[in-house]
Amino acid sequence: MTDTAVSTEEVEGAAPVPKAVDIRGVSKVYGPAGDHTFALDRITLDVDEGEFVCLVGASGCGKTTLLNLVAGLDKPGAGEITVEGRPALLFQDAGLFPWLTAEKNIELALRLRKVPRAERSKRVEELLQTVRLDGFGDRRPHELSGGMRQRVALARALAQETQVLLMDEPFGALDAITRDLLHDEIERVWTETGITVVFVTHNVREAVRLGDRVLVLSSRPGRVVAEFPVDIARPRRLESPEVASTAAEVTERLRKEVRRHADDDAS
Amino acid sequence: MPTTTHPETSTLDVELAGLDNLDVPIAPAPSRARRVWSAAWPKLAAVALFVFAWQAVVWLRLKPDYILPGPVKVFREFFREIGDGVLLRAAGNTMERAAIGYGIALLVGSVVGLSVARSKVLRTAVGSMITGLQTMPTIAWFPLAIVLFGLNESAILFVVILGAAPAIANGIIAGVDHIPPLLLRAGRVLGARGLSTYRYVIIPASLPGYVAGLKQGWAFAWRSLLAGELLVIIAKKPSLGVRLSFTQQNSDYVAMVATMVMVFLLGVVIDSLFFGRLERTIRHRWGLVDAAG
Repeated sequence: MTDTAVSTEEVEGAAPVPKAVDIRGVSKVYGPAGDHTFALDRITLDVDEGEFVCLVGASGCGKTTLLNLVAGLDKPGAGEITVEGRPALLFQDAGLFPWLTAEKNIELALRLRKVPRAERSKRVEELLQTVRLDGFGDRRPHELSGGMRQRVALARALAQETQVLLMDEPFGALDAITRDLLHDEIERVWTETGITVVFVTHNVREAVRLGDRVLVLSSRPGRVVAEFPVDIARPRRLESPEVASTAAEVTERLRKEVRRHADDDAS
Repeated sequence: MPTTTHPETSTLDVELAGLDNLDVPIAPAPSRARRVWSAAWPKLAAVALFVFAWQAVVWLRLKPDYILPGPVKVFREFFREIGDGVLLRAAGNTMERAAIGYGIALLVGSVVGLSVARSKVLRTAVGSMITGLQTMPTIAWFPLAIVLFGLNESAILFVVILGAAPAIANGIIAGVDHIPPLLLRAGRVLGARGLSTYRYVIIPASLPGYVAGLKQGWAFAWRSLLAGELLVIIAKKPSLGVRLSFTQQNSDYVAMVATMVMVFLLGVVIDSLFFGRLERTIRHRWGLVDAAG
């Protein structure tokens, strides 16, 4: 353990510490030329290694587009994106393969990384333990609740051994109690693994509850218009007054952004 | 401040476990005997109703009973012919052809379907042609098949394959078309590329549509095969089609209807025991079965 930590430090010591995600002047356009809309307009942001960054924005801010670009599912029209390793992506709808059990879903991520068979079952066991789902490995996705599916998806993402975890409104479809517990859970996993998280949501409270930093995106075109560092001590709680007051500031900024579109043409 | 106290990890574990157990209720599974019975009785009732209607028509004496025999006579003949092996030998040859023809159609249909499903050019080029082939009555191919191959085994197989392969290809195309885009994205994020995308994502994800195609392909194969056996009669090789043809020419109508019973039974049994079971397994796996039903 210590040996590898030392050796990576030596390697990194030579160059400036790299960012986990570095987005420089990225634009993405949809629609035919001449009549196009900017989904993203010259977005620039970077995320430190091990940081938890939340992106909030109203509809049409291109949050999902941005994550797709970072995940490499789509190519930017302009600008440059550098990501450390291949990022994992969590979807709002867990995106588990319905024909595979929870175990096999996780194992597939290992298999696609060419992890030898002998190591796979042990690793799957550990990952199920990490998301507290040991004992549910032989269930298929439809036999699990929405929250449990998200945790299997989280375990599958962790199986990718990635440095960067992208989350696209992962808890948007869950009930309040489950969501609350999953906030604790993702915070715990993030602390334990030291992974970098880019978390997209429209829920401002959730963003403040989780993020080291909350970025507000404007809508049509999507741009980063404000940045709120969140210095509240962890572990945090959704209902704490500090979270509420920071959330109020972010919400006010977001509303200003929405008001700006009051006179938009329907065109 | 009480609000800043965070639940310890152990509390979180307990809460997660509690929620998980609440979320996943254990539904008592019905006993096996009960399941078999609830699947069997409607079928048995339907058969009974059909046999009764058949008998009722015979009782009306619209036709003399040597032309339209009743179920009792037919079933007696059916079991007698099974006993002396005549019907079984014929069915054996027919099934052998079905297996070979369907096997080749499976291969051809799957490869063509999978290639067409994922390639825009191929789709535009031959997509509608496959549907065209599927709608074309297979019996229309026989004159050509006989010219090409002569009155032999190959002519029959040719037409069976032409009957089944397009249905199988169309099934897999439909299956691929109905894959939720989310699953394809999930596969790409996990690092599936090229062949591994097919192996781990596209093929398993298209199985429901594929199995529907296999089922339909079987129906087409069975029809084409019987049509073929009626038209292409090969000497000294008994088959169900040949028996139908001969019994009709010899005015042995009881044996003719007994052969029809065999044709019907084989078609149904293979459809429900094999394809039906496959379909149920997949639907069950995917969670497409209503728990209340």
